[in-house]
Amino acid sequence: MNTPIISFRDYTFQYRAQARPTLYNINLDIYPGEKILIAGPSGSGKSTLASCVNGLIPFSYPGESTGELIVDGMEAKKQSIFQLSKSVGTVLQDPDGQFIGLTVAEDIAFALENDCVPQAEMHATTKRVAGLVDVAHHLDYAPHELSGGQKQRVSLAGVMVDAVKILLFDEPLANLDPAAGKQTIELIDRIQKETGTTVLIIEHRLEDVLWRSVDRIILMDEGHVAADLRPDELLAGSLLTETGIREPLYLTALKYAGVSVTPEKKPAHPDTLVLDEADKAQVRRWFQAVQPAPAPEPKPVLLEVQGLSFGYTKDRPTLRDISFTIRKGEMVSIVGRNGAGKSTLSKLVCGFETPDSGRILLDGRDISDDNIRTRARRIGYVMQNPNQMISKTMIFDEVALGLVHSGMPADQIRARVEETLKICGLYPFRNWPISALSFGQKKRVTIASVLALGPEVIILDEPTAGQDFHHYTEIMEFLRRVNEQGVTVLMITHDMHLMLEYTPRALVFSDGRLIADKSAAEVLCDPALVEQAALKETSLFTLAGRCGIAPPEQFVQRFIDYDREVRAHGC
Amino acid sequence: MAANTVLNYLPRKSFVHQLTGTTKLAFFLLFTFASMITYDTRVLVGLMIISFAAFRASHIKLREVRFMLVFMLIFLILNNVFIYLFSPEQGVQIYGTRHVIVHLFWRYTITWEQLFYTLNISLKYFVALPVAILFISATNPSEFAASLNRIGVSYRVGYSVAIALRYIPDIQRDYHSISQAQQARGIELGKKEKLLARMKNSVNILLPLILSSLARIDTISNAMELRGFGKKKKRTWYVSRPFARNDYLVLGFGVLLLVASLVITFWDGSRFYNPFV
Repeated sequence: MNTPIISFRDYTFQYRAQARPTLYNINLDIYPGEKILIAGPSGSGKSTLASCVNGLIPFSYPGESTGELIVDGMEAKKQSIFQLSKSVGTVLQDPDGQFIGLTVAEDIAFALENDCVPQAEMHATTKRVAGLVDVAHHLDYAPHELSGGQKQRVSLAGVMVDAVKILLFDEPLANLDPAAGKQTIELIDRIQKETGTTVLIIEHRLEDVLWRSVDRIILMDEGHVAADLRPDELLAGSLLTETGIREPLYLTALKYAGVSVTPEKKPAHPDTLVLDEADKAQVRRWFQAVQPAPAPEPKPVLLEVQGLSFGYTKDRPTLRDISFTIRKGEMVSIVGRNGAGKSTLSKLVCGFETPDSGRILLDGRDISDDNIRTRARRIGYVMQNPNQMISKTMIFDEVALGLVHSGMPADQIRARVEETLKICGLYPFRNWPISALSFGQKKRVTIASVLALGPEVIILDEPTAGQDFHHYTEIMEFLRRVNEQGVTVLMITHDMHLMLEYTPRALVFSDGRLIADKSAAEVLCDPALVEQAALKETSLFTLAGRCGIAPPEQFVQRFIDYDREVRAHGC
Repeated sequence: MAANTVLNYLPRKSFVHQLTGTTKLAFFLLFTFASMITYDTRVLVGLMIISFAAFRASHIKLREVRFMLVFMLIFLILNNVFIYLFSPEQGVQIYGTRHVIVHLFWRYTITWEQLFYTLNISLKYFVALPVAILFISATNPSEFAASLNRIGVSYRVGYSVAIALRYIPDIQRDYHSISQAQQARGIELGKKEKLLARMKNSVNILLPLILSSLARIDTISNAMELRGFGKKKKRTWYVSRPFARNDYLVLGFGVLLLVASLVITFWDGSRFYNPFV
């Protein structure tokens, strides 16, 4: 066989600021033209592994390494980041942050500029590469005029101007809506086939990456390579669940139904999965055996939106004639592509913006005249990025901040904050500095700081963005407990799993209109709706179809109910 | 969510926009120098006419740069008020005569000389201001970086200016959303609150803003290094344009203006035009 393009030999790496190595004794070969998925939970070392390959380690993140790492025939340790960037093109996680140029063209040409490429050649290369990733018509656009998916294409083009041999994607799906994520995976696949580059994708959202086939999956866990297998082999085993990576839902469903999943059944993709009649009958039997959960009693209406319209500029409405009702104690997700009006809706409800027409009623009372602060007593708002909310250094002070400003006496504040911290599982940390917390814990602090004000409704913007399965479950189970205590929860999300598993009902937005208001299972089993709102069908829908189960949304619902039972009882 | 930037590039199709960044930078420097050195009213009026004409030629509307205008006018008024407070006889000293209009109190008298001096100071603002605004609003930031580089400034410096301009709107957006979220926690930042309390409360926005900006900087610098920024001593520019005929004409005109204003100003050995003798 030919020589590997990336080769780790007994490679160990330790960050300067850390007590223990992040990577232990890695032995790994990657061959030219391979497409590899590197999966693993947060902190497993998968991003560190990537930083070693592209040279950010040790250039930007110093530390000690032992063993050997060869990248494209060079010993990585002895090369500068610039030398390595000629061979390895990296697309970082944040499509907005890595957009350097003022326009698409300048951003794509950035590497060429740094290489002193003459202008005429630079313009030609930029145009060619822009065509390759379908942004040729947007060359003079500024970053804020592009969608997340387009920005990512630009980033990809920016590294492809050099004839790199390795393309490295660091969590490419983290900031995209489901449909854009799907297109990204398709684009990566196409580019890899057209150019024959070696592709490394770092991502914990396994099912989404596997939309297009990969050659191998390298599973990282606690700094070790836990598995290095073909997808079919890995998916048939139980390693994924053990390391805390979510396996594709259709496989979980098959396992619940008692169908044994073997590598021979090609489980990597729901369409190519081999199911014989016995297997299908088995799934159908399971479907019929599971009892549907009883529908809950309808509660009184809490929040009502009537004919709401709004536009930032006069001639371009962002929201058009939106009406819906939310009942007490509901948990509802708000979905749709970026720019469909989801965030604007939450801003109108919180009073950050004033609607052009329409009313918002809370408990039957029109709150249009209430200012932000008055509404805040009953409607809480949690931003996506906890770092944008935290303004105190100590946890207690942060959670108490809103109460202090409401003029509540100090002893009452203490009691209320301590109670909230207990609910949020943060009580043991109450005297800690916030900087000592993980991202997920910070998120919880921000939720606690809003809950301390005692709102009846909280609106969360992307509560689980960028979280691995473990942290996702942690945050969502916490929100569910909050919800069970009577707080109504609205969530803006791109995460189809979240929507299915935690919110019985979904509001779907597209182009400023509310185009659907029904159960999450129904939404994700409606191909036309999925297409229009840039969502992604659930693989359970595909599985239901293949097993001849109709209607598919019932199958999906059964699965969700059953899965909840299983996970609640911890087996 | 169009965040209004204070210093922003306003793309147009105009004579001024089509000049290269280097030309605009050089002309801006020549012109500012000329207006700084002279107090000759005739020269200032001449320069002001050119300055206004250039502004018109750029097709930039006054209301688009309103913020900068108001800011500069406040500055101008403050400047004049303070000159008068500290040195009410400055004009008399310069022009050597004393024509009293009215005596106010103590040492404060309004004289024709002082008024004329104030007029000259104000004229200087009106000469420099349109050209300065024009330079900021009609120069593409990347081109500006490229032009700094061309006149010998390190490209790292030039690029850091350009990148700051690139991220100002993002940081403004951050500021906006952070402030909204803080208000939703009951912290009043609106107009209802007293100024002092508002300023105190603004601290609650600052920390998150700084932290999220630091995270941004980390990402950008990684992204830049991964794409070879700083590898070589030189770099080329996607947007830089070759000098056209108009560029040479404008540059020549700038030099001519400077020389002319110097000559007229110093002809009689004084920087001031004196109508009182």
